[in-house]
Amino acid sequence: MADKENKKECAIVSWQELQCGALVKDLKRIKENKTGAWRSMRPVFYKEKCINCYRCWMFCPDSAIKIENDKVVGIDYDYCKGCGICAQECPKKVQAIVMVKEEK
Amino acid sequence: MILAKTGNEALAFAMKQINPDVVAAYPITPSTEIVQIFSSYVADGLVDTEFVAVESEHSAMSACIAAAASGARAMTATSSQGLALMHEMLFIASGLRLPIVLCVVNRSLSSPLNIHCDHTDSLASRDSGWIQIFCEDAQEAYDSLICAVKIAESIFLPVMVTIDGFIISHCLQKIDVLSDEEVRSFVGEYKPNYNLLDVDNPITLGPACLPDSFFEHKRAQAEGMYQALAVIEKVFKEYEKRFARQLSILEEYQTADAEVGILCMGSTAGTAKVAVDNLRKKGHKVGLFKLRIFRPIAVKYLQRALKNIKILGILERMEGLSAFGGPLFNEVRSVLYDETKRPIVISYVYGLGGREITPEEIEEVFLELISLKNKRRKKIEKFRYINVR
Repeated sequence: MADKENKKECAIVSWQELQCGALVKDLKRIKENKTGAWRSMRPVFYKEKCINCYRCWMFCPDSAIKIENDKVVGIDYDYCKGCGICAQECPKKVQAIVMVKEEK
Repeated sequence: MILAKTGNEALAFAMKQINPDVVAAYPITPSTEIVQIFSSYVADGLVDTEFVAVESEHSAMSACIAAAASGARAMTATSSQGLALMHEMLFIASGLRLPIVLCVVNRSLSSPLNIHCDHTDSLASRDSGWIQIFCEDAQEAYDSLICAVKIAESIFLPVMVTIDGFIISHCLQKIDVLSDEEVRSFVGEYKPNYNLLDVDNPITLGPACLPDSFFEHKRAQAEGMYQALAVIEKVFKEYEKRFARQLSILEEYQTADAEVGILCMGSTAGTAKVAVDNLRKKGHKVGLFKLRIFRPIAVKYLQRALKNIKILGILERMEGLSAFGGPLFNEVRSVLYDETKRPIVISYVYGLGGREITPEEIEEVFLELISLKNKRRKKIEKFRYINVR
């Protein structure tokens, strides 16, 4: 059903109505596009080990590290693509993020 | 103000006066000097430009794309293999409608290796969605680069301005330059379509467009190119009005009563003018067409100008390797297809890898064309070469 609506929306946009330069200003549809489905490795977050240094948050290329009340609380699996940068950047002594194989 | 400048120096000087926000560049012969001189302007504090020394031409164009998408006026320069390495990014710059301006110093493409002039590099980029302006000399290059910034930013298409490697890039010439204030007031301030760094108005740039939307984006981009010639015309006219310097889209030399013509691009036009003068003295009605804008194709200009020509030789500084001539020959010939009165069109490939071309050789081409003008067009060998052993 969602796919049908998507197709309808695209079908009515002619080339004259497009933004100049292949850009999207309405980010609603982009947000609906859950790109985390591409993941083959999954970061697992251990809250009790985390020291809230924010290295994972700083380095995550997809802004998929969730922060609440200044604390790291987990990973946004809707957008995380499993690149593993967060686990790599998490200090070796801490290891609050560990990569595991994604299971469907 | 009159200055003695090589083609490269003239382009670097124009860049200084334009004062772009970002120049990202990688050196390659024969264009190196442009960014080398420009980097000394940066070091001397004469420009406000952020100069990014990158590790390849692919990165140079990538950095220009990122800068332009972030609202900066971005420029660079390259030649030959460098332009070939940029090839992938050329399409991205035009697809994102980023008005980047690129100086191309024309040089052949390997293999075999050669550092001298032919037009293979920029003509091989013909379908990348960039406006292409070919220049005869340093003066034209200086004026065209200033106009290129305004053209690019008026229609949101990237523009390359080309000069012939070594022939123009390294030869000293008297050029008349404008003042910094005149150049800066002419180009004005870059008003970007969008700004990637505007965090209050986030956008997605260059998204994945599947079969349901990609086509519309390309159609919209094509419209930019359909409209580009009118924009170029307008900018050239404004430049002429303000600074009394004429820039043409298709320059005609002694064509009013000409039956036999030659069409070419770049520095060879200067050589051909001498050949035309010599033959005119002997009473031959010959004329020259210097095509300045290769992208977009100046359809109306070509059709109008070539209306009364009986036979046209197209001097092409590229071997198209198509077994049917190069792009200049094919496109100009195609433009004439719908005309009821159209000349016989013959391809003359010349000057590959910097092989010199002389007025005498061009005179011979004219005389050959005169001898062919009354022959049946189907019977004439169309693919000819100048001065190849």
